[in-house]
Amino acid sequence: MNGIQIKHVTKQFQEITALEDVSFNFEYGRIYGFLGRNGAGKSTLINIIANRIFADSGEVLVDGVPSRENMKVHEKIFCMSEADLYDKDLRIRDHFKWIGRFYESFDLEKAYDIAEKFGLDTNKKFKALSKGYQSIFKLTAALALNVPYVIFDEPVLGLDANHRELFYELLLRDYENNERTIIIATHLIEEVANIIEEVVLIDKGKVLLQDNVASLLEMGYSVSGLAEKVDEYCAGKNIIGCDELGNLKIAYLLGEKTPLPSGSGLTFSTMNLQKLFVKLTEKGDC
Amino acid sequence: MNINPNTEKPIFIQISEQLEDSIFTGVYPEETKIPSTNEISALLNINPHTVLKGMNLLVDEEIIYKKRGLGMFVKEGAVEKIRRKRQGQFYNQFIASLIAEAKKLEMTKNEIISLIERGYEDERDPD
Repeated sequence: MNGIQIKHVTKQFQEITALEDVSFNFEYGRIYGFLGRNGAGKSTLINIIANRIFADSGEVLVDGVPSRENMKVHEKIFCMSEADLYDKDLRIRDHFKWIGRFYESFDLEKAYDIAEKFGLDTNKKFKALSKGYQSIFKLTAALALNVPYVIFDEPVLGLDANHRELFYELLLRDYENNERTIIIATHLIEEVANIIEEVVLIDKGKVLLQDNVASLLEMGYSVSGLAEKVDEYCAGKNIIGCDELGNLKIAYLLGEKTPLPSGSGLTFSTMNLQKLFVKLTEKGDC
Repeated sequence: MNINPNTEKPIFIQISEQLEDSIFTGVYPEETKIPSTNEISALLNINPHTVLKGMNLLVDEEIIYKKRGLGMFVKEGAVEKIRRKRQGQFYNQFIASLIAEAKKLEMTKNEIISLIERGYEDERDPD
């Protein structure tokens, strides 16, 4: 198991470059947050990894094997996506049966067990389920599969707070007993901030940042106070954004903290992952 | 346990401190098992590696230890060890900041001493 390698992947949709020479790795055995704004290229890359569309150039290797139209790779990856690719007239229990035929590692008993925890009625047809329960069905299928690589594209869309917590709980219980790579693409950053270990941030078709969550949180901070004092402190530092309130200025920085000059009246604050994400991707002027 | 993601303190340190506090107050007595990383991780929705990192701090301090195949146990003498550690931190954590604030407010040493005495009297006689 040596992870998923993405090598120089480029994908164009007519005039739009969705991905531009993207290269990075998802290491085996970690939980990743795959973040990016709407239209950043997340789903395009996920679809390429899952073999649903093909890259114009570049390749994806799974455990060293090219993934393109390869059945050996297909058995290793499962992608729960936002798009509904399931037959709407089929009952949930029949869907389970079919998933079991396509994936040897599908644990039917576990699927029923998880469905019961969520209160998912397996006698219903897919189209008869509410939006939230359609997501729950897809999550149940993903959680019941023992594949080494699972990708969740917006997993909690339409789920109420109780079901979201239940999903995270089941995901972590499963991860502890059964080490694998979990990739979560989501806009609900704060909800997954403590669950994920690594972050890959993609913006306008390129990888903006890849780092460990803990070290990222250590590096990101804000400094606030009188505007000119803030500017003095920030000189030569990596500024990722600013806010102003009259004479008060808040600068958001990424990097090593240097001590505040005494008597400057400046104060430090921490930045959470969501704030860091917003500042990194909005590129405001300072 | 209650983890606050919006403080300066990293999550693994919060986990270690809260486990330590539970051991100190007798929630997990000496020579008994503490919850597994799996249980804590699922309950608080925190990555198990982060939980393990927090537990390892307590292992390094010899407050808990690993019983092979059984899980993490509270070490004999852990409560006394925590008490001595906290006594050692008392000056830096409380006295130094008390004096700094008192100076800012222009309060004298004698005023502070009499306030401390009053605090002890109030405790004896709550009304």
